Amino acid sequence: MEKMIKLTIDNKLVEVPEGTTILDAAKQIGVEIPTLCYMHLGDMGIEHKPGGCRICVVEVEGRRNLAPSCNSKCAEGMVVNTHNMRVLNARKTVMELMLSDHPFDCLVCAKSGNCDLQSIAIKLGVRELHYKGEQSTYKVDYSPSIIRDMDKCIMCRRCETMCNDIQTVGALSAVNRGFESVVAPAFEMDLEKSTCTYCGQCVAVCPTGALTEKDHTNQLIRDLADPKKTVVVQTAPAVRAALGEEFGMEPGTLVTGKMVSALRQLGFNSVFDTDFAADLTIMEEGTELLDRLKKHLEGDKDVKLPILTSCCPAWVNFFEHHFPDMKDIPSTARSPQQMFGPIAKNYLAKQMGINREDMIVVSIMPCLAKKYECQRDEFKVDGDPDVNYSISTRELANLIKQANMDFLGLPEDEFDNPMGESTGAGVIFGTTGGVIEAAARTAYEVYTGKTLKTVDFKALRGMEGIRSATVDFDGLPINIGIAHGLGNARKLLEDIRDGKSQYHAIEIMACPGGCIGGGGQPLHHGDSSILKKRAAALYREDEGKAIRKSHENPYIIKLYEEFLGKPCSELSHKLLHTHYFDKSTDIEIE
Amino acid sequence: MAKIKLAKSKVDKLVEICKSFDNEGSELINVLHKAQQTFGYLPAEVQEIIARELNVSVAHVYGVVTFYSFFSMVPKGEFPISICMGTACYVRGGEKVLEEFKRQLNVPVGETTDDGKFSISCLRCVGACGLAPVVTVGERVYGRVSVGDVADIIKEYQQ
Repeated sequence: MEKMIKLTIDNKLVEVPEGTTILDAAKQIGVEIPTLCYMHLGDMGIEHKPGGCRICVVEVEGRRNLAPSCNSKCAEGMVVNTHNMRVLNARKTVMELMLSDHPFDCLVCAKSGNCDLQSIAIKLGVRELHYKGEQSTYKVDYSPSIIRDMDKCIMCRRCETMCNDIQTVGALSAVNRGFESVVAPAFEMDLEKSTCTYCGQCVAVCPTGALTEKDHTNQLIRDLADPKKTVVVQTAPAVRAALGEEFGMEPGTLVTGKMVSALRQLGFNSVFDTDFAADLTIMEEGTELLDRLKKHLEGDKDVKLPILTSCCPAWVNFFEHHFPDMKDIPSTARSPQQMFGPIAKNYLAKQMGINREDMIVVSIMPCLAKKYECQRDEFKVDGDPDVNYSISTRELANLIKQANMDFLGLPEDEFDNPMGESTGAGVIFGTTGGVIEAAARTAYEVYTGKTLKTVDFKALRGMEGIRSATVDFDGLPINIGIAHGLGNARKLLEDIRDGKSQYHAIEIMACPGGCIGGGGQPLHHGDSSILKKRAAALYREDEGKAIRKSHENPYIIKLYEEFLGKPCSELSHKLLHTHYFDKSTDIEIE
Repeated sequence: MAKIKLAKSKVDKLVEICKSFDNEGSELINVLHKAQQTFGYLPAEVQEIIARELNVSVAHVYGVVTFYSFFSMVPKGEFPISICMGTACYVRGGEKVLEEFKRQLNVPVGETTDDGKFSISCLRCVGACGLAPVVTVGERVYGRVSVGDVADIIKEYQQ
């Protein structure tokens, strides 16, 4: 049995297990001590408590100095005061010192209204700044997805924890010391030249405006106003399960219909669904999986198994940087976003009777890496990107607010056709386990020639970081692995490299929870119950669909009949597949 | 693909150093010490190799290199001058001695003179506080150095 400890916090007696921090003990009696650098990501098992910011200090009777409550453990008989004058003055002073090296552009800062530094300054009632000192002046670093403005960094180092401990990307580190210290990539180079995957998890946890997404909303407003342009939009599955949160709705509320209404009112010529392209991805990726599997069963020693999914652009960046020796293992199928683009610009544009260059394809994504993916050279034709740019769920919410729409009162609308029709399989792409479940539904039926009794592969669902399951393909056991979060992906990849992997197929998503927890989503602050609700919403939408298997999507069938021929055809390969690059640092020996 | 160039003998030497510490990421500081002792400084290429061999991120290696003033990313001079800024040396005028070296050689702390002969750095306590203020040039230790001694010390190495 764990030992219990009795102490007094703000004159109230508390009993907690040994090892509990003062911060957690205070929470137990309803006392919320303000924190800034502290971050607790429940289910990911990460508690970031460097005790560096000193906002959470409390007075412990008998101790000379104030104690940071986030990393001070309770002791028997301790008497703690969380808000006497000494504590309040110390907190205010600490905040004032932080603000003395912080630019005062809150009115135009992208994080304003959603900034922890701002809200704590308000909570502490800081009304005057007594300290004037040197101000940091760092060059703003503009990458295709993420903007780093280190003048706004308060050295909480949450981004480092996400980048290094959770994602194991290792792009960021605290460098230099004292006033000169800053979080930066190696050699203080630009993010674009580092090993950054643009997963955006650092942006999702940054408490200030130091890390923000590259904003494409102004570009979109300009394009929508241009009468010469036909602007079409695709919406990723995870967006509909989270957008409502930005308008005060409960996490897990599905807002598919309202989102379509909003996009139509914003002035898009057509409102389509990335889920359609997800169905297309299953056709291509599923065919590739079966092809490799067949060769493997025939005894072909050169065939690469397991096949890895390739829908997630941050994951693609990850293996290009960290596992370039394994770049021929992932499927060559492009991500749904990048399948949508060429079909829209080569097939749909012709149907609509417009030129490729007059069509603007915009995507709404839960993701920041998608912004980078849009502008990869292999996804352009004569400099014209297949998908012009991508905006995040958060950016869409801002745009809807700017357009003075009453989101909650919007009618439920339907997607346009042909590229708005999707199956339940396309919808679940937005959550961990969803892509491989969608692939299993189609691959099973194509491989066995039989109809599935139930399309729900429940063994593939869940929130554990690494999962595995065996799916029975009519006597042939198919071993499936699933990882979400790049740290978990690394473990699966190392097993493959060491020859320890028994999997036939592996699904990987870079963000914890999959796209529902993407770097462009409404902030979930590490609360995994929100992620679970978003995932449940997608499974609900899947269940409500009349068609739940990608190969039964009538518009996909028509697309192959009219245009592509068959999956993995020559035209499919040209438009819907890609290749990967070695982006590791090459050490040339002289 | 970012490319860096390094001579094979240097790469081999670094691999050997890392191996002597069992390629343990937690031995990074020791590996950096040894590498700097061998090459005189720690340029980006060296940090890349060390990161690869110890299986840690280059950002982390760079973070450690920039945190400790002992580590240097620029080549040290043929005669590296270190002025002790430990408490005893400091109160006995170490800082004035440092200023005089900076003035006479016309380089800031952490840098090397154009002819590559001298570099200036600060250190904390060589354990000879009785001799404060202490200056070291390479392996040689000078005690009770005054501002007036600076020119003579430099002259010793200028031939």
